[in-house]
Amino acid sequence: IYTKEFFLERLSYWAFVSAAQTLRPIKPPASHYLVFLFNSVSLSPEYSLSTSSPHRSPPSHSHRCRTCNRWCLSLLTSSGNVRLRDLKLQRDAPWSFLAVGAQLVAANPVELAVGNVVRRVLHIIREEDLSLATAAVAGLDLLDASDDDEDVNGKGIGYPGMSAAVVAAAARSTLRPPSLQTLLEGTPESATVPYTSSSGADSESKTADKSSITRKLKHDVIEGVNQLIHEIAGCHEQIAEQAIEHIHQNEVILTLGSSRTVLEFLCAAKEKKRSFRVFVAEGAPRYQGHLLAKELVARGLQTTVITDSAVFAMISRVNMVIIGAHAVMANGGVIGPVGVNMAALAAKKHAVPFVVLAGSHKLCPLYPHNPEVLLNELRSPSELLDFGEFSDCLDFGTGSGSPLLQVVNPTFDYVPPSLVSLFITDTGGHNPSYMYRLIADYYSADDLVM
Amino acid sequence: MESRRNPRAVVDPKVRQVGFFTSSQPDSTHQPDPIASESHPVASSISPSGNSLSPVMIPPPRHNSSDTFLLRAAAAAASAVSPSSFSYSTRRDFPDGSMTASPGRVSRASFSKPSSSLPGVGMDSMAAAKSSSVPASGLTTVSVVNMPPGLSEKESDQKKNSKPLKEKTTKAERRALQEAQRAAKAAAKAEGGKAPLVSSGSVASTNVKAAKPAKPSSQKNDVAVAAPGPSEKKGGQTEKDRKKDAPHPRMQYDDESRVVKAKRRAVVKQTEAKNRVELFRHLPQYEHGTQLPDLETKFFQLDPMHPAVYKVGLQYLSGDISGGNARCIAMLQAFQEVVKDYSTPSEKTLNRDMTAKISSYVSFLIECRPLSVSMGNAIRFVKNRIAKLPITLSESEAKAALQSDIERFINEKIIMADTVIVKHAVTKIRDGDVLLTYGSPTAVEMVLLHAHELKKKFRVLVVDSRPKLEGQLLLRRLIKRGISCTYTHINAVSYIMHEVTKVFLGASSVLSNGTVYSRVGTACVAMVASAFRVPVLVCCEAYKFHERVQLDSICSNELGDPNAISKVHGREDINYLDGLTNNANLQFLNLMYDATPSDYISMIITDYGMVPPTSVPVIVREYQKEHSLV
Repeated sequence: IYTKEFFLERLSYWAFVSAAQTLRPIKPPASHYLVFLFNSVSLSPEYSLSTSSPHRSPPSHSHRCRTCNRWCLSLLTSSGNVRLRDLKLQRDAPWSFLAVGAQLVAANPVELAVGNVVRRVLHIIREEDLSLATAAVAGLDLLDASDDDEDVNGKGIGYPGMSAAVVAAAARSTLRPPSLQTLLEGTPESATVPYTSSSGADSESKTADKSSITRKLKHDVIEGVNQLIHEIAGCHEQIAEQAIEHIHQNEVILTLGSSRTVLEFLCAAKEKKRSFRVFVAEGAPRYQGHLLAKELVARGLQTTVITDSAVFAMISRVNMVIIGAHAVMANGGVIGPVGVNMAALAAKKHAVPFVVLAGSHKLCPLYPHNPEVLLNELRSPSELLDFGEFSDCLDFGTGSGSPLLQVVNPTFDYVPPSLVSLFITDTGGHNPSYMYRLIADYYSADDLVM
Repeated sequence: MESRRNPRAVVDPKVRQVGFFTSSQPDSTHQPDPIASESHPVASSISPSGNSLSPVMIPPPRHNSSDTFLLRAAAAAASAVSPSSFSYSTRRDFPDGSMTASPGRVSRASFSKPSSSLPGVGMDSMAAAKSSSVPASGLTTVSVVNMPPGLSEKESDQKKNSKPLKEKTTKAERRALQEAQRAAKAAAKAEGGKAPLVSSGSVASTNVKAAKPAKPSSQKNDVAVAAPGPSEKKGGQTEKDRKKDAPHPRMQYDDESRVVKAKRRAVVKQTEAKNRVELFRHLPQYEHGTQLPDLETKFFQLDPMHPAVYKVGLQYLSGDISGGNARCIAMLQAFQEVVKDYSTPSEKTLNRDMTAKISSYVSFLIECRPLSVSMGNAIRFVKNRIAKLPITLSESEAKAALQSDIERFINEKIIMADTVIVKHAVTKIRDGDVLLTYGSPTAVEMVLLHAHELKKKFRVLVVDSRPKLEGQLLLRRLIKRGISCTYTHINAVSYIMHEVTKVFLGASSVLSNGTVYSRVGTACVAMVASAFRVPVLVCCEAYKFHERVQLDSICSNELGDPNAISKVHGREDINYLDGLTNNANLQFLNLMYDATPSDYISMIITDYGMVPPTSVPVIVREYQKEHSLV
């Protein structure tokens, strides 16, 4: 229903936007959030401040952290959380967090979980802000001016300098679970509406409750991040709780690589008095399988270590393949320890369920393109060939042209979704085809590209 | 059977050439072989009718074609083999042989019996023209004249043809054949004086030629070995033999009583491994490395065991000899020694006693390491030969016959077969190829080296796996020869499969359901290759084919040393499992082989040609027939 008020609202909005455009240059999408929150005058000095902040995490950091989980936690606790607090004081949280996040991701792009967590935090900030805005607006008696167009607009983005009614509409639309339509259509209006601005008039009207809102937001965001930390730290237990539903007596399970999630999962079933046997592929050349086997044996599980080459031979006697993922892509594909694709193909051939355990922080909102190459990491040849023995062949300095011997030692493997039977995450079991939907729950569409 | 084969031969492109030729079209352009084209006119002018008959009427039997290849390979590695002439049909270049050599062809003579005089004429004239000897004694002939490969093949073809004919043709035809053969022999003798001189100069090639696998005909026997018995009689025995040879169930090591029995007889005192994998109870698994010193001390005090056999057994045990071919050759050479030193005890017959002896040696070798299929086949061959020794032979004659039989087996079935496989496989390598191989298959290595010699430009990806890391040895050898290589481990195979154009694999055995039984990991590589739509070519000598069938890698396999898994060679930092080897909850499974399902295999390259896995049972059947005839 297009009421008079609605059109007035629209008009004033357009007027505002055009005014804003004359005042300010266009900002990247994320910045408009900031602009909405705070006064435009304070923006530029603070931004420069935040980028030169001493808390910036060193790029080498990512290389030090071994597993994804620890990585994420450290990101949140050490850099992320502290960072966040600092930045909040500087009142430009999302923008600078985005910058920090981008740096973290750039430090090791293969470590997809970092990007995931950065996006999650951004999402939290957006959500919290929206709920605040809604709460603020709730007091005002405004007519229900939303329509479909505005719904589409919403998506967690506060509109810079928009009137309260529009914000409320936007907020409402985000608080509602996002519909398929919203996901698919994108934001038609956003193309026409430049996300920029600030206006003297608007900011003045808001200065009054600005500081209280900021404080509340800061508090809420920290709360939300703490929750996320808790969630990631506890994802093992969440996943392990489901073990009993998937592992029965006398089962033979094949696993590969060393994943704490898998370890907890198997042990949880063991604690419930299920007796089963685990085949562990040793995972040359890192031999993570040895590590896993050691821990499994320590917990009293019947463990058999096999060579990687015997995976196909043994798969016919295996009831289930369970692996831990390095990352889960939006299409349901899995990036896991090297050799996983081979196991998945063998499992497919013998109709053995291929189950992937992954905390929701492993869920990456990107669709993979050529993941074997682009999302991989090549490690040192010395893990495969003894430099002492093959030093003469590996000498790149002598002779003309390229050397005769090259060594390939990738770290990860990509498993296409067609080979995956089931994902078990901390929110339950999912089909590979459902992964894109989970992404909509965890991430804001605007953060996908950082 | 004849009639069934004919259409096949006709389908063949080369056969079509023959057709042209018989209609007296000059086909020298089609001929890869100059000699062949040269000999043509002679043939056509002399016996046109015979020529027109030959390609259709005398279909080449399967195993003969292999001989063609053998000879071809033997004659010269340099013989220019047009790639197109090789592909799936084993019979491929048979026709060109038959066509070009037709004038001197004994078999045709026998076949077109009414005009038997005609071929004879052709033969003579041919001999005159070439100033070479006559087909009957083809073996010597070839080496004597040092003829270019093309011709020698053809001559061997002739011989080969005679054999299947014998089996299938009527009595009259067989008679004709014999007559022709006799005539040929006489002709050969006439020229025989020349032979020794030159043959000494080319000993190697003579040897090679003497190693014709499927040469059951009497001609062959005359020349090479004094093997007894007319082939017809043997053909009659084949059926019985086959029944006898039906594979008996293997020893199952979870069968208590049999294991106890076997232990009582055992020379090698093996201690059973403690932590055995439940799934593999039926396979023997022993503590490795414990019995070797003990056995070595017994070397001089063994009563029943021949030292050569003992030595080979120890080499198996320690892993000094590994690989299907190497093990088989070592065993056969040990058996040769055995035969040489053998003397029949009084009140015993050679046949029986020697068979028993060989059996006891074999069970010793099994104790050292389970037999490979190739060895099983070789043992079967040896026993067969012993059983077939005619009573009339004196002991020394019998021994000589046996020794030369074994020698022949090694030469033709293994060494020559490899050469032929190389010939075939090389045609599949093109410039710019990226070839992947797994482990260290000898046949594939020879293929790669030969292709490199032919100046083909290709790259090799060597995929390796723990614990043997045989790929490193292969890598080292390839690099030494200047082939550009990439090395990786089996886990990374799906990473590198994108760039691969062909996969070459070796095999320990090919089973008659098309399953390729090979070094563990082969199945993984083949599976990933087929998932990436990369053709998988398996190189395997035909003597490794077996009529057994197998669906998985569990039921029959071999277990290696479990400790090889817990210890990572050269990586001291990987020591997670050091203290745990005796933990009851932890087992190590070191499988040696796996079974690759036939759907992953595009082609099997064997000395009979290049065949799809579905053709394996055919080869097995033919091979067995030939086997008992040899």
